[in-house]
Amino acid sequence: MTARNLLLGLLAVLIAAPAVIGAYPLAVLILVLHYAYLGIAWNVMMGFAGLLSLGHALYVGLGAYVAAALYASFGLPALLGAIPAAIVATLAGLGIGALGFRFRVNGVYFALLTIAFAEFTRILFDHMGWTGGSSGFFLPVEHGQLNPIALRGPPVLFYYVALVMTAGAFVLARSLMRSRLGYAWLAIREDPDSAAASGVDVFRARMAAVAVSSALTSLGGVFYAFYYNNMYPEQIFSMARSIEIILAPIIGGLGTLFGPVLGSFVLTLLGEGTTGLLEHFGWAAPGAKQVIYGLALLVIVMVQPAGLWPWLAKRLRIGRDG
Amino acid sequence: MTVYLDIVASGVLTGLVYGLMALGLSVIFGVVRVVNFAHGELTVAAMYMAWVMAGSLGVDPILTLPLIAAALFAIGYALQRHLVEPFIGRPEHEQFMLLLAVSIIVLNGLLLVFGPDARHVAVDYAYDSFELGPMLLDTVRVYAAAAAMVLALGLYLFFRFTDLGTAIRACADNLLGAQVVGLDVRRLYALTFGLGCALVGASGTLMVLMRDATPILAVQLTLLAFIVVIIGGLGSMAGALVGGVLIGVSEALAGFLLMPSLKSLFSYGLLILVLLLRPEGLMGRRA
Repeated sequence: MTARNLLLGLLAVLIAAPAVIGAYPLAVLILVLHYAYLGIAWNVMMGFAGLLSLGHALYVGLGAYVAAALYASFGLPALLGAIPAAIVATLAGLGIGALGFRFRVNGVYFALLTIAFAEFTRILFDHMGWTGGSSGFFLPVEHGQLNPIALRGPPVLFYYVALVMTAGAFVLARSLMRSRLGYAWLAIREDPDSAAASGVDVFRARMAAVAVSSALTSLGGVFYAFYYNNMYPEQIFSMARSIEIILAPIIGGLGTLFGPVLGSFVLTLLGEGTTGLLEHFGWAAPGAKQVIYGLALLVIVMVQPAGLWPWLAKRLRIGRDG
Repeated sequence: MTVYLDIVASGVLTGLVYGLMALGLSVIFGVVRVVNFAHGELTVAAMYMAWVMAGSLGVDPILTLPLIAAALFAIGYALQRHLVEPFIGRPEHEQFMLLLAVSIIVLNGLLLVFGPDARHVAVDYAYDSFELGPMLLDTVRVYAAAAAMVLALGLYLFFRFTDLGTAIRACADNLLGAQVVGLDVRRLYALTFGLGCALVGASGTLMVLMRDATPILAVQLTLLAFIVVIIGGLGSMAGALVGGVLIGVSEALAGFLLMPSLKSLFSYGLLILVLLLRPEGLMGRRA
């Protein structure tokens, strides 16, 4: 089996899926795709360029708020609102990146820096009157509406949007990985000093990784805003959200293309399965899903730190393509 | 004007407890060279332990402190022995993810067991205060700060004057040398991790006198410990306490002058500044 066949097979199944599955499985698949997408976006920074960001909720939140505010105030359709949303998030990312890289904030300290910025922004939005502050921001919902440009419609519309986004991000990540820039990232990830010595412009390459990653992530935020129609700073900018974003790529396999997708499938199904099972026994347990996520992360980091995908690819005899 | 004196004094007292918690992080990082990302989660776990004991047995948290510190010591020792030890020498981000996993499990385990509501420990002297010249000091904070000072002093004496303390310092200063002279580094690492967690247990118990226990406090406390350690400086025990006091006072002032909900904005802003201005991380030592 080749990676290409596997990919096309999976894509065909996912395209056909809404025809045969019910509303709940569709909602779960939307979640799977959403986190696969965000995972691919985060993976560009950590998996490709070795930059550990624990503040990606910042870009989700900025993307969501910018696009939602433009739609609510000026009726700007989501697909157009996505452009300023991505610009704002990318500028934020570049700002944080420039500060962090210029001041040589590395490794875990860089992660702390990203957390600090995300938390800082969360508290700012909590106190910002015109976006509703801590009581949240809501998008008007009209039932029976179908307008793909404005991202207004039934769940199946969001399903296909999520699928297109994930497939698009996958293709983009794949071509980046094999580009000159992708090899520069790889060199920097393995050893920044050697990369610099071989003539790689470390600062620019890192900034490029941040720009790609934050822009992609903010589009995930636009999707979130129009899919859920509500956003609270406490949720959308939270550290818990940042952690949720990074779990799928770590569990699936850092720096791989299939990793975030596989990780998202495994985690979301595990999480939804646990919640469903507990609810079946009449126990609505807050935190149960996250405990499962934590255990999954623990097991992977201890047993298979390279992630599930490299292990699976070996079993399936798929080359380094994934 | 005295109101400012009161606020600063209360900030100093709270800050000493923050400092004790950060001391735990500093000790673990300084010796084992692992960033304990589950620090705040373990602190909140200790707060819940104190709450349970205060509720079921009616015991003052200050009296249960040795017990909780011992329990956390055991947890820390086991954590190092069974989870962290295999990760010594592995890439930094893998260690980080291991402790991230621990923090997720502890945080949500607490949420699962105790629910999201804030838990309050009531003591008889909750609303008492001491008069010191023109100042009014909360009895609760005075006790907590005094206990934190005593423990910090005890830790200093332990590291300075006991063989075990000297051995642990040797591991931090020169790992190869420590191995050459035949120190059991693995055991010493586990003891250090346990010791750091015992400090967490003690500070959590003291903190529950001043703040309600709730799972979401955990993330804040983890970051707080990092802020204090980075400001105060690694390797200097007094530094952690000074850093704690600095944060305690600035939070108290920010809470009074601005909105109380804005006070963590101040801490995060400070963290950003300190991270940028201390490029080599903790006290100029390369991590």
